[in-house]
Amino acid sequence: MTDAALHLADISHDYAKRRALEGVGFSVPSGRVTVLLGPNGAGKTTLFGLISRLLPLKQGEIVIAGRSLMQAGAAALEPLGIVFQQPTLDLDLTVRQNLTYFADLRGIPRHVANQRIAGGLERFGLAERANDAVRELNGGHRRRVEIVRATLHEPAILILDEPTVGLDIPTRKAIVADLHARAASGMAVLWATHLIDEVWADDRLVVLHRGVVEAEGDVAKVLQSASAGTVAEAFAQLTESVEGEAA
Amino acid sequence: MTGVTGASVARYWSAFRAVLTRETLRFIKQRGRFFAALVRPLIWLVVFAAGFRAALGLSIIPPYQTYITYEVYIVPGLIGMIQLFNGMQSSLSMVYDREMGSMRVLLTTPLPRSYLLACKIAAGAVVSLFQVYAFLAIAALFGITFSPAGYIAALPVLVLTGLMLGAIGLFLSSQIRQLENFAGVMNFVIFPAFFLSSALYPIWKMRESSDVLATICGLNPFTHAVEAVRFALYLEMAPLSLAVVAGVLVAAGGLTVIGYDPGRGLRTRQGPEA
Repeated sequence: MTDAALHLADISHDYAKRRALEGVGFSVPSGRVTVLLGPNGAGKTTLFGLISRLLPLKQGEIVIAGRSLMQAGAAALEPLGIVFQQPTLDLDLTVRQNLTYFADLRGIPRHVANQRIAGGLERFGLAERANDAVRELNGGHRRRVEIVRATLHEPAILILDEPTVGLDIPTRKAIVADLHARAASGMAVLWATHLIDEVWADDRLVVLHRGVVEAEGDVAKVLQSASAGTVAEAFAQLTESVEGEAA
Repeated sequence: MTGVTGASVARYWSAFRAVLTRETLRFIKQRGRFFAALVRPLIWLVVFAAGFRAALGLSIIPPYQTYITYEVYIVPGLIGMIQLFNGMQSSLSMVYDREMGSMRVLLTTPLPRSYLLACKIAAGAVVSLFQVYAFLAIAALFGITFSPAGYIAALPVLVLTGLMLGAIGLFLSSQIRQLENFAGVMNFVIFPAFFLSSALYPIWKMRESSDVLATICGLNPFTHAVEAVRFALYLEMAPLSLAVVAGVLVAAGGLTVIGYDPGRGLRTRQGPEA
């Protein structure tokens, strides 16, 4: 057992005859952003599927805030906030209806939910869009609403699967900054991305490639172990990827 | 699962309320769906029934105490049609939700997955009740009425039949890999289920033409849903039909929980590489 907010040990997963993850293990501590960096197809989404129980965990162990996912089942998801790679808001409902839906699913009393919804939207400057249909929002605003939703129950751990893909640079920067602020206030954040410029110097880094963890640790440690001067260089060395992909 | 405490009962209720509210809001926003749900049986009632009335002679069969018009006969069948289409519509929206990702939000709720799926089925059944009673109100305008107690007695039966058809729909949706495949599957479910039942003609009438078809009609769970509703509207019980409906509900619900693969949408969209 570990003190980490989220602990993964020796996780392997297969799709039919193809191995997607092989002995993956790392920890996500509270109060920091852990960046799960890997090219497309590295196994990031599979890993998120396992953590969120959308895929069955057959080998390895996932411990969420001290509770084994295998033993506790769905109850282990209680302290987890999740932002999926694919948008999951209901386009026909308003922002408030989407958020209230989630709050009710999580059993948050209505008056508490209303306060948190107002606060969350205010934080992203979306208070005036609360009664707009999600369909009317742009991609960046939708992503922000999803982050508000994922944090409505004040989770100890927030996991995000490439939430900034397809967004413009200012929006990406704003979202990344917001997540670091949340981490600074004590939340454990696991952030999957293939966009190297989203890694901050004080982040923890887990480099995943072809289903295997190639490196793990503070950014400085990973750079040192890869004998690289920048994250982009380290990433290229560790994943043998084309430099252009790491944008 | 640990024991159910007062707090957890509230939690479970809150989740059901969430799903029910969402399904209701979606239904309200999809006005076309509501009108289609009403127009379809009304066409049968007003147009087809006029033609069939002359062709079909109906003898006195339970639960009827006297000769009835064809329009009166098919109302329970058309109620079943509404619930059948609603059940399939719900399952279609579930495939859509899975493809669009919103099922993930539901399925990552820290409650048993079987309960969350049951919430979806129950919410669909409740939505079907709005449509059924709206249809009955319009049918009353055409002079087809039941006793006030009949309308009330039919309610629990309609809940049961709505649950059964929703469970069948959910089971089908759990077996469908892509949204595009849905229409084909529905054609092989809705139409045989409807036409091979007692919705449009009594089984004895069918037996005059074919014993085999009449037997199939008798085995069709949709027949039992229609008969359970028919008897309830006349304040009578149809024990066998109720038992069949309940049994199929349990079987379809169980198979769905066992067979539901929450990762299917994940893999469909991401491909096996991710």
